[in-house]
Amino acid sequence: MTTAEPTPNSFRNQPDERGHFGQFGGRYVAETLMPLVLDLERHYRLAKTDPAFQAQFDDLLEHYVGRPSPLYYAERLTDEVRKTAPEGKGAQIWFKRDELNHTGAHKINNCIGQILLAIRMGKTRIIAETGAGQHGVATATVCARFGLPCFIYMGAKDIERQQPNVFRMRLLGAEVIPVTSGAGTLKDAMNEGLRDWVANVHDTFYIIGTAAGPHPYPELVRDFQSVIGKEARAQMLSRTGRLPDMLVAAIGGGSNAIGLFHPFLDDKDVAMLGIEAAGHGLEKEHAASLAGGRPGILHGNKTYLLQDEDGQIAEAHSISAGLDYPGIGPEHSWLKEIGRVRYDSVTDVEALSAFQLLCRTEGIIPALEPAHAIAAVEREARKMDRDQIILANLCGRGDKDIFTVAEALGTVI
Amino acid sequence: MTRLSAAFSKSHSALVTFITAGDGDTAANLDALVAGGADVIELGMPFTDPMADGPVIQEANIRSLNAGTTTADIFAIAAAFRARHPDTPLVLMGYANPMTIRGGEWFASECNKAGVDGVICVDIPPEEDPELGPLLRSAGIDLIRLATPTTDKARLPAVLDGASGFLYYVSVAGITGLQQAAQTSIDEAVARLKAYTDLPVAVGFGVRTPQQAANIARVADGVVVGSALVELVAEHGSNAAGALRDYVASLKHAIVAARKA
Repeated sequence: MTTAEPTPNSFRNQPDERGHFGQFGGRYVAETLMPLVLDLERHYRLAKTDPAFQAQFDDLLEHYVGRPSPLYYAERLTDEVRKTAPEGKGAQIWFKRDELNHTGAHKINNCIGQILLAIRMGKTRIIAETGAGQHGVATATVCARFGLPCFIYMGAKDIERQQPNVFRMRLLGAEVIPVTSGAGTLKDAMNEGLRDWVANVHDTFYIIGTAAGPHPYPELVRDFQSVIGKEARAQMLSRTGRLPDMLVAAIGGGSNAIGLFHPFLDDKDVAMLGIEAAGHGLEKEHAASLAGGRPGILHGNKTYLLQDEDGQIAEAHSISAGLDYPGIGPEHSWLKEIGRVRYDSVTDVEALSAFQLLCRTEGIIPALEPAHAIAAVEREARKMDRDQIILANLCGRGDKDIFTVAEALGTVI
Repeated sequence: MTRLSAAFSKSHSALVTFITAGDGDTAANLDALVAGGADVIELGMPFTDPMADGPVIQEANIRSLNAGTTTADIFAIAAAFRARHPDTPLVLMGYANPMTIRGGEWFASECNKAGVDGVICVDIPPEEDPELGPLLRSAGIDLIRLATPTTDKARLPAVLDGASGFLYYVSVAGITGLQQAAQTSIDEAVARLKAYTDLPVAVGFGVRTPQQAANIARVADGVVVGSALVELVAEHGSNAAGALRDYVASLKHAIVAARKA
């Protein structure tokens, strides 16, 4: 692998030994969970340096998930953007095709890693939370693959808007538990996941789906997802002999983005853009915690949160269930504060438009999550020179979203 | 002697009672707890995401927040309680974000001004103590730590380091108000904890009935009852004081009759 090793001046050597990314991250959990979180960290440290663990992870990613995922030059989309770009402008648009993974999203990379950890720790019961259902499907998939009972907490509202994924999880043998507390979305599902975990600490492993939660989750999820960026970096070098000028990824909790960004963080000429969900608009209901929130403590970590002045957590809104979360992984909060990554946002309407554009120009139906990244790619590519390269993570496919999109477009199917 | 240490120096185990601030007529309910014989009051700070709480206290949080309860309201409730009850210790219990959002100094100072004796923060373990612990301690507020069935001998010193007021033993690995621990496991745990600390040990989570309270009172320095009282508030709405006073009195009677071993 051509990725440089972290140095003392690296952006890639976070978190510290207490799980802090600057002022963010940490382990803000109930005492009951604290010994487990420490135990998980011990096991992860050992696994990380165990060649047998890495070999098993790599083997499953290759033969079960279908990695490496392709790196694809989106020629027609590039041409389409150039039509309306200023003279000489319109960067080459490339996609990392993580939507081609088994189960249709990047989520499976992390689930493979975590279930191997769970087995290594002797845990016999798996729980997870899910928003869009992609992480739930990926978790149910690895549980079926390894024969472990699986319980998925999912907001009642999300169950309604993600029926295909609910059915998939059930087919895979998982029990999907509806969560009606709060707004019935991802945040509430995570609360229920934590409540289950605290009551079943002796045998249960919690497969957290994004690069957030108490240390070491943000670190280990990032490490498992970094396969995206490691592959993309090597593929780009081998295909074009150079690194991309800009990386773009959508951010809910931020696992696909940190997975793409992390291996490039020390490549100082590679710009990075994380895209939050602006929902109905930043002045209305949205899910952009960096743009509209401030630092606080929730779900085991300190990070940017949508909240009121008393620290009560606000409900997020996005058309994309996977981005509908009022927080963000702590490493993104840190990367924002130090200025290494730029963060911007895209509304529901812009994402819907980009969703359709990709369908028509490239024959790819993206999930609504990466549709946010694609909208930003359109925006950015227009400003960049034609010899520049912009690379976005196509982190999920859109089959699950066709009902939501049809409804938003006023079509009955 | 602080109000908390006085409460734990009586001839009987201390009855520690919990209700959620802003749920129902909180001032009247707090007076009822004292009238029924509560030795220590825990006042819950409502939070949108109470991930260590079962359905009963979750719903109390929602009722309180829907009624518009703010952090300023909670400190006003506490300050008024202190004026009415100069001797009864008052402990705020809640989650990290509302306690730290304006900075730990602000929170510690408000506690001090309102006459709050101690703070229990569910999701600040010893590992994240700098967030709140030093600021509370320097303001003279006790930081009450939690020990659980998963807190082993190796970890206990870290939990006790910086703890004061009392040690809260969470008797079940779980959320509030649901399962009940076997009495034998409580007996063993309290004995184990008391071998390591001179702090009073209070036992809570899943304690509902006078009989359970009496059994715990025989071995522990305090008995914490929460969800059973919050249920009464849910049932009686803004007229819960009478029911609370009577129920607390029945718990207190059982505890006093049990006598400490």
